[in-house]
Amino acid sequence: MSGPSDYQPSNPALQWIERRLPIFGLMHSSFVAYPTPRNLNYWWTFGAILSFMLGIQILTGVILAMHYTPHADLAFKSVELIVRDVNYGWLLRNMHAVGASMFFVAVYVHMFRGLYYGSYKEPREVLWILGVIIYLLMMATGFMGYVLPWGQMSFWGATVITNLFSAIPYFGESIVTLLWGGYSVGNPTLNRFFSLHYLLPFLIAGVVVLHVWALHVAGQNNPDGVEPKSEKDTVLFTPHATIKDMFGVACFMLLYAWFIFYMPNYLGDADNYIPANPGVTPPHIVPEWYYLPFYAILRSIPNKLAGVIAMFGAIIILCFLPWLDAAKTKSSKYRPLAKQFFWIFVVVCILLGYLGAQPPEGIYVVAGRVLTVCYFAYFLIVLPLLSRIEKPRPVPNSISDAVLAKTGSRSTPMVSTAIVLALAGSLFAGSVDSAKASEGSDQPPGNKWSFSGPFGKFDRGALQRGLKVYKEVCASCHGLSYVAFRNLAEPGGPGYSVAQAAAFASEYKLKDGPNDAGDMFERAGRPADYFPSPFPNEQAARAANGGAAPPDLSLITKARSYKRGFPWFVFDFFSQYQEQGPDYVSAVLQGFDDHVPEGVTIPEGSYYNKYFPGHAIKMPKPLSDGQVTYDDGSPATVAQYAKDVTTFLMWTAEPHMEARKRLGFQVFVFLILFAGLMYFTKKKVWADSH
Amino acid sequence: MNPDASTIAAGAPIEVDLSPVAEGQDIKVFWRGKPIYISHRTKKQIDEARGVNVASLPDPETDEARVKSGHDQWLVVIGICTHLGCIPIAHEGNYDGFFCPCHGSQYDSSGRIRQGPAPANLPVPPYQFVSDTKIQIG
Repeated sequence: MSGPSDYQPSNPALQWIERRLPIFGLMHSSFVAYPTPRNLNYWWTFGAILSFMLGIQILTGVILAMHYTPHADLAFKSVELIVRDVNYGWLLRNMHAVGASMFFVAVYVHMFRGLYYGSYKEPREVLWILGVIIYLLMMATGFMGYVLPWGQMSFWGATVITNLFSAIPYFGESIVTLLWGGYSVGNPTLNRFFSLHYLLPFLIAGVVVLHVWALHVAGQNNPDGVEPKSEKDTVLFTPHATIKDMFGVACFMLLYAWFIFYMPNYLGDADNYIPANPGVTPPHIVPEWYYLPFYAILRSIPNKLAGVIAMFGAIIILCFLPWLDAAKTKSSKYRPLAKQFFWIFVVVCILLGYLGAQPPEGIYVVAGRVLTVCYFAYFLIVLPLLSRIEKPRPVPNSISDAVLAKTGSRSTPMVSTAIVLALAGSLFAGSVDSAKASEGSDQPPGNKWSFSGPFGKFDRGALQRGLKVYKEVCASCHGLSYVAFRNLAEPGGPGYSVAQAAAFASEYKLKDGPNDAGDMFERAGRPADYFPSPFPNEQAARAANGGAAPPDLSLITKARSYKRGFPWFVFDFFSQYQEQGPDYVSAVLQGFDDHVPEGVTIPEGSYYNKYFPGHAIKMPKPLSDGQVTYDDGSPATVAQYAKDVTTFLMWTAEPHMEARKRLGFQVFVFLILFAGLMYFTKKKVWADSH
Repeated sequence: MNPDASTIAAGAPIEVDLSPVAEGQDIKVFWRGKPIYISHRTKKQIDEARGVNVASLPDPETDEARVKSGHDQWLVVIGICTHLGCIPIAHEGNYDGFFCPCHGSQYDSSGRIRQGPAPANLPVPPYQFVSDTKIQIG
């Protein structure tokens, strides 16, 4: 992509092709002989990381689409079946869902890198604007992908986001109808989002080609912001940049794998494990984390249309960055003031993201408004002003001078130390606050689960006892509709033999048909059948239980959670704590109390529960001591029942959890070795270039 | 990409029997995939809705214009918050009307916006009384 190449393949067959289509020359000049500045740091590997992520997303996405059903009634179940029944479906789904988040992590680093080193400046304006277009396409793709599992957050996220367009005067309503293909978000909406979600990544790939083309015409920017002048300033793309990128990708994959194998639901929302219900709005609608700063901007403006304009404006303004910042010096390394404002801006973006996840009330609204002003002020006031008043430090003559002097290396650690200290300080301050807040509150107590941690396994005995508790107690009201009898004999489960599972199934009577005479008939259950639900439909369940339908329990430990709050969610990332659901379920089972504390009123037909949100639960106390007889001598107490049945329900929510953690360990061993290998190869390749 | 014929056909008018709805109660029915709240308002709710100074409202509209005359106790509104489309909860908030849990908009007992980011009142769907105890929506 940088002009005609004189590369000639040595193989005659390749020569024959090359004369007719000079594709090998193109590849050679773009990715082998292409000169790249020799002073690039690791922030420059994120371009390769992003290409890698795009490839992963397209590959996993195409396979997922083979198993997915884009229909409002079937989509949720088809995603669950991918996770449960498709070979390595759980891995594909985690890779794709976490991959979207990782893609955004990488793109934000990539964008902040461009911002810090002035990569948007002449002659790279078009390159930058193409990047903003890719970012917009990514946001649209990510949003529509999040709708596809058709959970509660999918549905209500889609409702809120499509309604943004109704703020447009005159055409708003018709645009929204066009997006919906109906009178509200429904099956036609899901179908068109699926179609577009499949299309947009290929558009992204197309714009990425343009982006790389523009990059190879203008050449890469570099940390010192001076253009390469002689051959001494550059190194060959292959092997130097390639091997460095490989090391960067390997390190990034470690983070990626941490999420895939150990915290697949950390970045998601528990509400999305509840099937979409157009009649019930979740109490708190939150978009995916990567949209949160913009969501905070939207909410901080009290006028609907102005809020929508501000939100889109916050992204579009990036297109004008090359002209808003007219400073001649590219790199903030040599701009003492710009460097400080850049870090303030990063903090503003992170805080906006935090506010976007908080309820829109009280201090959060005020803080949101202040930070929204800061966000726009950075682009509209600070950058234009700085380019006029700031006195930059002198830039080095050439890249090779900069490499020899190594002046920047001392100031960078200082900045990062300051950031780390500030973060640690705020973490500590936050933890003191939370410690206070948690006193006397109704947070479910933490439990010790056999399945927690990187090597967690289900306790077989607990699974078998939990199944017994479910069958004898819970099953009279709650379904388990995603679990089949055959699952009981699968590895990683309760450890029954195939014959035992078949015998278990045959105890159930299921309706089947129609037979040759056209009649429905009853037959004994088979291993392939699913646990029958106690009620024929939701209305019957609702009518029989005082207006509150007992939820299906297959996914309950993933569909329930409680707010961890700052800073716990940061610690959770390192401790791999993700047992909010089990902790909550077991707490609710034991949280019943006949004595209602003062200040709480329980309506007729409800019961007091310490841990249930709002405290009034329709379910009467389900478990009492001695209710279920255990054959293995375990204590027949409510605490033991709760623990066993919760363990069992964790298995029903994720039957392949043991396989996930086992494979995770193997992948980590491989990735660490691979990254080490790449690191030392890189050192060898670069030995005479530093 | 506009709605196809079957979607439009499924959006035909529906009839709702009001006789089981007691005073102070409300029901939610779905029409065109949208929740419609039908409230049997109490005397107190009607008085509150009519006692307010219309000019002071963010989206001025009289209560009389939002109900059918002679059936003043029945309020029929589309239960979709005019802010970003969440479903408000009936009988909550400070105005004896609806409260939207998403971004905190509050509507009064006539479905008019009183507080919060929503720009407009809850819309009244097209409907008429077929008899004293039955309405047709659409």
